[in-house]
Amino acid sequence: MTNWEPNSVLQVERLTMRFGGLTAISELSFSVARKEITALIGPNGAGKTTVFNCITGFYKPSEGMINLRHPDGKEFLLERMDDFLITRHAKVARTFQNIRLFSGMTVLENLMVAQHNTLMRASGFTIAGIFGSPFYKRAEDAAIEKAKYWLNKINLIERADDPAGDLPYGDQRRLEIVRAMCTEPMLLCLDEPAAGLNPRESEELNKLLLSIRHDQDVAILLIEHDMSVVMGISDHIVVLDYGQKISDGSPAMVKNDPAVIRAYLGVEDEEEAADVAPEVLQMVSANKAVPAKKAAQKPAAKKAPAKKPAKKTGGRK
Amino acid sequence: MAPVENTATKRPYDWPAIIKDVVGTAIITFLILTPIVAFKTTLDQGSLTYSTRWERVAELVAIVVAGRLLFHLFVWNRIETTKPAKAVSAEPTFISQIGKYIGPIMLVIALILPFVAHLFPTSDKRIIDLAIYVLTYIMLGWGLNIVVGLAGLLDLGYVAFYAVGAYAYALLSTVYLPQWFGPGVVPWAFYLTFPLAGLLAATWGVILGFPVLRLRGDYLAIVTLAFGEIIRLVLVNWFAFTNGPQGIIVPKATFFGLPFKDEPGGFAAFFGIEYNRIHFYIFLYYVILALALLTFVVTNRLRRLPIGRAWEALREDEIACRALGINTTNTKLTAFAIGAMFGGFAGSFFAARQGFVSPESFVYLESAIILAIVVLGGLGSQIGIVFSAIAIMGSFELFREMNFLKAVLPEGTDPIQFRMLAVGLAMVLMMRFRPRGFVTKRDPTVFLKEKKAVSGDLVSQGHG
Repeated sequence: MTNWEPNSVLQVERLTMRFGGLTAISELSFSVARKEITALIGPNGAGKTTVFNCITGFYKPSEGMINLRHPDGKEFLLERMDDFLITRHAKVARTFQNIRLFSGMTVLENLMVAQHNTLMRASGFTIAGIFGSPFYKRAEDAAIEKAKYWLNKINLIERADDPAGDLPYGDQRRLEIVRAMCTEPMLLCLDEPAAGLNPRESEELNKLLLSIRHDQDVAILLIEHDMSVVMGISDHIVVLDYGQKISDGSPAMVKNDPAVIRAYLGVEDEEEAADVAPEVLQMVSANKAVPAKKAAQKPAAKKAPAKKPAKKTGGRK
Repeated sequence: MAPVENTATKRPYDWPAIIKDVVGTAIITFLILTPIVAFKTTLDQGSLTYSTRWERVAELVAIVVAGRLLFHLFVWNRIETTKPAKAVSAEPTFISQIGKYIGPIMLVIALILPFVAHLFPTSDKRIIDLAIYVLTYIMLGWGLNIVVGLAGLLDLGYVAFYAVGAYAYALLSTVYLPQWFGPGVVPWAFYLTFPLAGLLAATWGVILGFPVLRLRGDYLAIVTLAFGEIIRLVLVNWFAFTNGPQGIIVPKATFFGLPFKDEPGGFAAFFGIEYNRIHFYIFLYYVILALALLTFVVTNRLRRLPIGRAWEALREDEIACRALGINTTNTKLTAFAIGAMFGGFAGSFFAARQGFVSPESFVYLESAIILAIVVLGGLGSQIGIVFSAIAIMGSFELFREMNFLKAVLPEGTDPIQFRMLAVGLAMVLMMRFRPRGFVTKRDPTVFLKEKKAVSGDLVSQGHG
């Protein structure tokens, strides 16, 4: 079976996902370590969200294995599980690129829905609950306490009784993360948590993620385009392009990897790429026009052997 | 805000434009009405002849032109002022203050109604009968509200569960219970079959739920519509089992075994009071009131339990539900089952009240009326459903009373024939001016400091 790296929670092996004739991800392998923040980056259309959907069960991968291990040694093959069972049993929680809060329900209710499975058991699958069992009452109070803990953490306790749809955008983003945390995950998957946030809001987001990493026994896997977030908080970065892994390692290493720079800017000449390296990632984070430029130059870049640099830099250190 | 409205002034009349518009209107009206109104075909002694009614066309054109002119003179010449957006007042308004007490007030009225019924101009029996009728629909509305209002699944075949409940009572009390336990059981049949009717309806709810789990929106509506029709057609055609369109005569409800009859051993004789047919109606009234309150209390409880929150979350966003580990399949099935169960209860009550069931009582129109009650009341709002049930069912009955209209209407038309037309018009106007129903606010199920109603604009209506 899986050769577990000592500290990892999630191990993805030779993951391939095809949609008809299109191979969105091919032979992707990486691992996510406990109590670390792993970022999955890559140009638009690289297959990042597809990887997420495979891990969280929204897609069934065509080939490969997605293996999750709890600290107590329990292992789950995620590619064989239904999406809601992945959250319930394997303890993987996720957020969405376009926020999916229950906007007509209050902030507190959103966090209560997230604790559905715990509360459902406590209410005797509704039967005991309908007769007002004290056991359920206690479980509900505990759930409210937990919601309060998380609301305090994101400074939304004052707005607990307001509808979630009324919150400002940045608060909605953080509420969605906290809602996912209420399911007590082992692995938290965040799909572009900083998308659309202003610098101050994304600073708050960084703080939240770092404090989650510090306080909770959870591994975080995130997709992000905002390089200030990625470089600021991740311990480990996996770079995808055209569904293939082109780099994998610490932020410092990935930042200087010519293959990454080529993927983002489409530079043909490797030496030239090495020259521009330091400025490039700043540009990527600052200049939204870069991906468009990349798209135009893509065919040229594709001709260069993509595998070679990946080999050179492959493997986590 | 007020001063802004006062400054609204009138524009001077632009006569050439008005005349042009009015003439145009007259021409268009004439062209439209000519084929519809001007020619009338009659079957005259075996041959088809036609007569013309130009004077009728002229009258109608004159009405339209006059209306258009009046609009030009008094409405369209106002200068449009952009009204400032209505400020959301934080202070509790008069309405919301009343809202707190409206539930208890209505409950008290409901409890004492049979004793004050003689204050109404018509007979007590009619008032109580009407109240029973309205309460049945309130209960059905509350039952359907679980499926449509809370879980956001559009169900156009709700009457099927009503039928299952009614036929469960009819068949069990006339055929199966006497067969199993002997004829002595018949007076108790209502109490014995009642839970079974709910259970059977819930089972059918699950049976309907399974095939439609993957469907949403229009497709879900079509399948539930078909399901309602299937049940009715089975009832019509399975003659050996259901006695087909002739229906089944069933024993009426008894007071714990005491029949409401003028005979020794009847209800009146047992309690030593004078026999009066109204006893039966008062008894039925309290039974349906108790059932409706049971529906209300259980639904309210369920909303505060994880299952109820999951229903509402499902209505808001199904994908997010799955991402939070909620089994959406089971959640939908429980919504169907519990909604159907209350439909089944109401159905067996209906049979026990009528003393007769036939497939004719369970046509699609009934589903549509129940759905209209839920939508008009405001999706998910229980108190709104009370108002809309009273409004819709009450207005149906009101048309029976409008005998004075007969003087105005052409000979041979009965005002009661216009009730659907009027209700349809009322629905259109309602959807135009209050598209989310009477009560648009959603009551949160849990709160930390203060219970704030959620504005209807934020609440999703479900995707089917």
